[in-house]
Amino acid sequence: MSAVGNFLKNTTTRRGVAAIVCFVIIWHIGAMFDDWTGVDILGIGLVPPPSDVFAAFLGVIPKVGYWMSWVSSFSRVLTGFLVAMIIGIPFGLLLAVNKYFRGVFFPPFEILRPIPPLAWVPASLIFWPTNEMSIAFVTFLGAFFTIVINVLGGARSIDISYLRAAQSMGASQMDLFWKIVLPGTLPSIFTGAAVGMGITWEVVLAAEMISGGGTQGGGGLGFFIWNSYMGGSLEQIVVGMISIGIAGYICSSTIRKIGYFFMPWRRLF
Amino acid sequence: MSSSKSASKSTESKKNKKLSSSRVEMKNVSKAYGETWDSEEVLQNISVDFPAGELTVIVGPSGCGKSTLVNLLAGFERPDEGEVSVDGQLVTGPAQDRMVVFQETALIPWQTTLENVTFGPKMRGDKKGSSLDQEAKELLVKVGLGEFIHKFPLQLSGGMQRRAELARALINEPTVMIMDEPFRGLDAMSRSLMQEFFLELFEENKKTNIFVTSEIDEAIFLADNLVILSNKPTTVQTVIKIDLPRPRNYKMLTSAKAFKYRKKAMELLHGEAMKSFAISK
Repeated sequence: MSAVGNFLKNTTTRRGVAAIVCFVIIWHIGAMFDDWTGVDILGIGLVPPPSDVFAAFLGVIPKVGYWMSWVSSFSRVLTGFLVAMIIGIPFGLLLAVNKYFRGVFFPPFEILRPIPPLAWVPASLIFWPTNEMSIAFVTFLGAFFTIVINVLGGARSIDISYLRAAQSMGASQMDLFWKIVLPGTLPSIFTGAAVGMGITWEVVLAAEMISGGGTQGGGGLGFFIWNSYMGGSLEQIVVGMISIGIAGYICSSTIRKIGYFFMPWRRLF
Repeated sequence: MSSSKSASKSTESKKNKKLSSSRVEMKNVSKAYGETWDSEEVLQNISVDFPAGELTVIVGPSGCGKSTLVNLLAGFERPDEGEVSVDGQLVTGPAQDRMVVFQETALIPWQTTLENVTFGPKMRGDKKGSSLDQEAKELLVKVGLGEFIHKFPLQLSGGMQRRAELARALINEPTVMIMDEPFRGLDAMSRSLMQEFFLELFEENKKTNIFVTSEIDEAIFLADNLVILSNKPTTVQTVIKIDLPRPRNYKMLTSAKAFKYRKKAMELLHGEAMKSFAISK
């Protein structure tokens, strides 16, 4: 009880809880509007009320299949995202600090970047041996371009006077990179990670819907929604959507926490 | 006996190093920016002598290339023609004998005040561990930041940041300090406090100081030599010897002598400002 009490003492959490409660109430009013008045506004009446969705939620919670959807979507997102970080951060930093590297790799990068990740789906389904690999590849692309462009932009916008100050105090090129460029780019790395994470979720869901629940590479929350749609269960569709919302929130708040840990000087604001 | 003598000698030489200062010379320096077919000459044939242990203030109309001058002195940029030398040694790049205090703060935001101050010696590896920390702390106490050594730069006020920056420069034991409008952006009160504080430091250490500003009062208050720049392409118009006694205080600014310097500098600068105004019209 006291833990809940403490939790609600914080103004920010109180506001957050109040906002969610308000949202649910408005949702309920919207969903019930046609039942109460007989007037249907643009099909809003078809939206299931929160109580039905909650019941559907309770229905899927004991089911292993639902949790397997979580696991497979999560593992796809994390695979694509982590590979994108591992390749994207050094690639972006190299683009920023080396003009020859930039001269060679930036033009092709800029031509590939505007292609939406979903446009890669058909080609990668054909080129990669398994569905799973093609989904991972498309997910990777979704995060990769965003991360690289953020890292590049962040590293290039570091105040030149930091570099000059360090240089006049005798910093070597290595010192400049590790003590100035890398920490100076951290905020942009985390911005890129947060945005990239959002995109990977988008891409994973779409890819799962497209690739369907075949024998290989099926499942996932995207497929869960698609399956609910095929089965005509409106409540389960919304359950799937909310699940994705929660999953995305878990991911982005984790990134924020990690950022908070690594950038103590940014805790001030 | 002899060992104690040599020890005292070495501490003496260390002391001397701390107090030593260099003579800086700019000879026929020109600098242009842009491609050759469309270049803009910023500095034209500038020759200035910065005597050792003196405070030379450079004033000029805004946008006249004062920062370019600083970059050349610090070695961040190279002149197109002419040369910059320190004690006869040609400047080819930035080095720890010339420390720059930048226009806006250049304290590294992800390092605490203490880390900022110890940054240079640590990177070069010439001072280490607790003795370095001790020295840095003493310096920070001296600039009035003893309570703030574990704070990040963004937690300090503007005046504190400039003082931290002074400490960071001083720990590298430069023989020349280059100040690029260091007090710009401070409110009037902290500005005048910083000027007094800075003068105290200078009068104690007597390092060669090159101080760039656009404020005439500040210039006269601080300077031994006042270099007035003319407008673009910038060149040296006049050098005025400011013959006010040291240690200085604010009262001297109201003396007849100071007033005369002020009038002269104003007239010269006003003429230059008018010229640039006419050009831009």
